[in-house]
Amino acid sequence: MNALFQKSSKPILALLIVAMVLPIIAPTYYVQFASKAMLMAIVAVSLNLAVGYGGLVSLCHAAFFGLGGYMLGFTSSDSAGASIWLSLPVALFVVAAVAALIGALSLRTRGIYFIMVTLAFGEMLFYFFHDTKIGGGSDGMYIYFKPEIALGDLTLIDLEDARAFYYVALACLVGASLLIRMLVKSPFGHALAAAKGNERRALSLGFPVFWIRLAAFVISATLAGLAGYFSAAQFGFIAPQMLGWHLSATVLVMVVLGGMSSVLGPIFGAIALLGLEEVLKASFEHWKLINGLLIIALVFALPGGLQQMASLLIPKGAAPEPDLQSMPPKEAVPHV
Amino acid sequence: MSEILLKATALEKRYGGLKAVSGVSIDVHRDEVHAVIGPNGAGKSTLINLLSGDAAVTSGAILLRDRDITSMAPQRRAMAGVGRSYQKTTIFADATVFENVRLAAQAHGGQPLRMFGGVAKDGNVNARAQAAIDEVGLTHRSQTIAKSMSHGEQRQLEIAMVLATEPKLILLDEPLAGMGHAEAARMIEIIHRLKDGRAVLLVEHDMDAVFALADRLTVMADGKVIASGDPEHVRNHPDVRQAYLGHEDGVAA
Repeated sequence: MNALFQKSSKPILALLIVAMVLPIIAPTYYVQFASKAMLMAIVAVSLNLAVGYGGLVSLCHAAFFGLGGYMLGFTSSDSAGASIWLSLPVALFVVAAVAALIGALSLRTRGIYFIMVTLAFGEMLFYFFHDTKIGGGSDGMYIYFKPEIALGDLTLIDLEDARAFYYVALACLVGASLLIRMLVKSPFGHALAAAKGNERRALSLGFPVFWIRLAAFVISATLAGLAGYFSAAQFGFIAPQMLGWHLSATVLVMVVLGGMSSVLGPIFGAIALLGLEEVLKASFEHWKLINGLLIIALVFALPGGLQQMASLLIPKGAAPEPDLQSMPPKEAVPHV
Repeated sequence: MSEILLKATALEKRYGGLKAVSGVSIDVHRDEVHAVIGPNGAGKSTLINLLSGDAAVTSGAILLRDRDITSMAPQRRAMAGVGRSYQKTTIFADATVFENVRLAAQAHGGQPLRMFGGVAKDGNVNARAQAAIDEVGLTHRSQTIAKSMSHGEQRQLEIAMVLATEPKLILLDEPLAGMGHAEAARMIEIIHRLKDGRAVLLVEHDMDAVFALADRLTVMADGKVIASGDPEHVRNHPDVRQAYLGHEDGVAA
């Protein structure tokens, strides 16, 4: 199912060590940039549960991401940071509830209609925050203090410290990846992939396809909300743009770029896309044009995503086992 | 007479003004193959779809043993004990034979949607999957990707998947379609063994197969049952000869 994790855990371990050491050697700016990239990677990894494993191409995951951020805003005060023990569970619960509602309605449609309906719901949330006074309307709202991770008066982790924040983001990314990996290997994950492979057969075997998809959709959305919560904390600001379809589409590009047939592929997609932007932005005026051309070239060269490149670099035995999850490269692009 | 496992009464299916199935009643007994034949467009596939839940009935009632399954969704009927094959092979084409059948066994295992622990851990599910694969004779193909097998083997796989769901009633929609002679002979043998302890409803055009397998025969034309009963009796029924007149696939095999 996942070559990187199963066949060769050494490269992953090496990457993890690099990620652990990075904040010690890198300047603060890059530590912050890496934190931001890891939070986007969480959205990409979780979106891939719906897109890659479930065949559910969602264009409203930014709305869940943004909603997680707004929930931090609503639970923070102007004088002190919110207590993470209360504010994070509330944020995740609200995101999960909204995702359950949107999912229950969207999952009555299939294929391109599902994409359209999720897009519409995402835009509804965008305009909900953009056109009302809630959350400061189109101006957004400031979050003056980061959430506090404390026991009584004792601060366990100070998120105001960029390096501490980095490690929290890293822990979230590792946790989210392990969770998704556990899910796709479980009977639930196999049933989800079966429904993607042949819905009619999955139903006639007795799988409650609708509920399986809804569960995957809600889990995926909740993890996106988690990333949004910490992103809002990092920027100290939340605005309707964080809910818009543009961000949803960007994350989808990360997933496709990284590779949908593995759990970790989207992480590389997220880091590559954000890294590319960062480098190009500094060097060229029309960086978006070059960025676009490079992405097109990458997708053509590596139809299985960047994780395909990883399996080329890592020799023998790194090829993923052919099973339900590892579709042939041509099919690794969503049929829209 | 053996127990009636499936009892459908006065089934009707209307698509707009068209009556695809009208006033069809059919009983399928345990340990028996009940074949349904008829010219193209007679409503045979629609009947199977009504019984499996893939299509909703306009009126009528379907009882599985004593349980009313008339308005149940397909996945709930599957859990109640209805297994089916489709006219067009319906499998997980990108997965291995074993994974295909394992999924079928998983759906009817203790924790079909467990979210933790890999699938390899469920010994009971794996054993039942392997037994179903052995039963249809695909043991040597266990690790083959389904879509790379021949048409006949894919149909065998579909039967193995149905078996792994441990059904009481098996609905087979033209299981021999598109098969060569040797493949068909093999499939007939498999179907013959399926009826052991189960009820089988078979829709098929191959009359050799039908008369080799059927314990009971129903003939449909224009959405209605025109004759039903013992195969020999039905074969000589005047209405049946009438219905088949002018069709290439004559009933006299």
